[in-house]
Amino acid sequence: MTPLLVAQIALTLIVFIALLHSAAGMVWVERRLAAALQQRLGPIRVGWQGLLQPFADVIKLMFKEELRPKAADAWLFALAPIISATCAFAAFAVVPFGGETTLLGWIPEGLRLQVADVNVAILVVFAIASMSVYGIVLAGWSSNSKYALLGGLRSSAQMISYELSYGTALASVLILGNSMSLTEIVNRQAGTWFGIVPRWNVFFLPFGFLAFAIYLIAGIAETNRAPFDFPEAEQELVAGYHTEYSSMSFALFFLAEYVNMVTVSAVATDLFLGGWNGPFAESIGWVWFLLKVGALLFFYVWMRWTLPRYRYDQLMRFGWKVLLPLSVVNLIATAAGVLYFEL
Amino acid sequence: MNALLFYGFGATAVLASLLVIAQKNPIYSVLLLIASFGALSGLYVLLEAPFVAVIQIIVYAGAIMVLFLFVVMLLNAPHEDTEYDERVHPLLRPGPMRFGAALAIAFGIELVWALNRNGGEAGPFAGGAVSSVAAIGRSLFGPYAFPFEVTSVLILVAMIGAVVLARKEEP
Repeated sequence: MTPLLVAQIALTLIVFIALLHSAAGMVWVERRLAAALQQRLGPIRVGWQGLLQPFADVIKLMFKEELRPKAADAWLFALAPIISATCAFAAFAVVPFGGETTLLGWIPEGLRLQVADVNVAILVVFAIASMSVYGIVLAGWSSNSKYALLGGLRSSAQMISYELSYGTALASVLILGNSMSLTEIVNRQAGTWFGIVPRWNVFFLPFGFLAFAIYLIAGIAETNRAPFDFPEAEQELVAGYHTEYSSMSFALFFLAEYVNMVTVSAVATDLFLGGWNGPFAESIGWVWFLLKVGALLFFYVWMRWTLPRYRYDQLMRFGWKVLLPLSVVNLIATAAGVLYFEL
Repeated sequence: MNALLFYGFGATAVLASLLVIAQKNPIYSVLLLIASFGALSGLYVLLEAPFVAVIQIIVYAGAIMVLFLFVVMLLNAPHEDTEYDERVHPLLRPGPMRFGAALAIAFGIELVWALNRNGGEAGPFAGGAVSSVAAIGRSLFGPYAFPFEVTSVLILVAMIGAVVLARKEEP
């Protein structure tokens, strides 16, 4: 085995484990931040500042009984959380999080900080996002419970509606970056305008910023987070599509939701916030990347605990009558702008 | 390695497609069809056409099959009711089934003919040259611009037709 291969395998494992722990970390961050926003303390008992709380939760979930409704479809009921979790992890495989590195000269060729280098990475992210609908729909249907079914249907309707705006926002970036490879899009964002403003796509006013806003809103809807968390609107649907799930299969849905958040933020960082570009990007590029992803994740949590949930018809009207036309106009304007200024 | 992957994906595609029609539960049929599409997109990747592979997933597995799944789920048809005696040979059964069997035979003959047309010789595959995003875009909006636009108008007409048919008459 060449050192490059060893490094590649190690990298894949590290990314997998880091994603698992990012989900656990996000649970802690979310609970502490929510508490702070509501002037409470939140979990502080288990470990320092409650840092071990997520692990205590996982251990508790592991020892819970695995229940399945009698009328449920056994195969699909078991398959649904697996699809959800697999899709959540798979999408991160094509996301680059740093430039090339030689690990202090240990390997002769440069190692890209990315699990798989695909030249149509943007489309892969989009394809996997569209596959993750199945996990939720099947969970809703196979549970054979009205709350779960309604939650699953709502969720898929919401995801299909917002996927269009999501895809159109991605297409605007594709035009700005002149490539479908995330690595190349990030590399194009290196450097500054007028010496001060970084050449990030989000600062490419107004198109880049508009695309960023559309991407973030559609991303929140895609990951079923508040204020668009209709699939699990507690007051109406108990817990939505995962009402009938318990123990670790419930934990898999939970994991998928948080990993999806991380992936959407990481993709947004690569597409709009310049990825790992920043001062000393050659050596500590991945630190910049993590900081930017962290800022976006904070934004996610902040949104959830600040805004109330929309009404379902408002959500649909907003998606189809405001967001979609806006994103299409933005796409055409971006194309026209790029052609006119020959960027 | 490539040959192994080819046989793996090929076997999955064939097996899943066969199980689609062997299933009694339509939901399983839909899911097996998705699996078959996934295996096909794996084959596209082996042909160095990642763009086609991903589009296959987005359009067929991601968009069209979700629609299928919705219809099957909302009609709530857990089992297909067979009106025919299962012991009778398919070709001897009445009506639509005989027609389907005839179509299948015609398709089989066509497939054999198409595969043998070039004397069964496999030419060199152009790979990345014809399947890159830029190449596909150029040929879609270059030599094939007219058929492409006509197809889009056709789809638009179908869409408007569906809306008109589905709309309730105003009282």
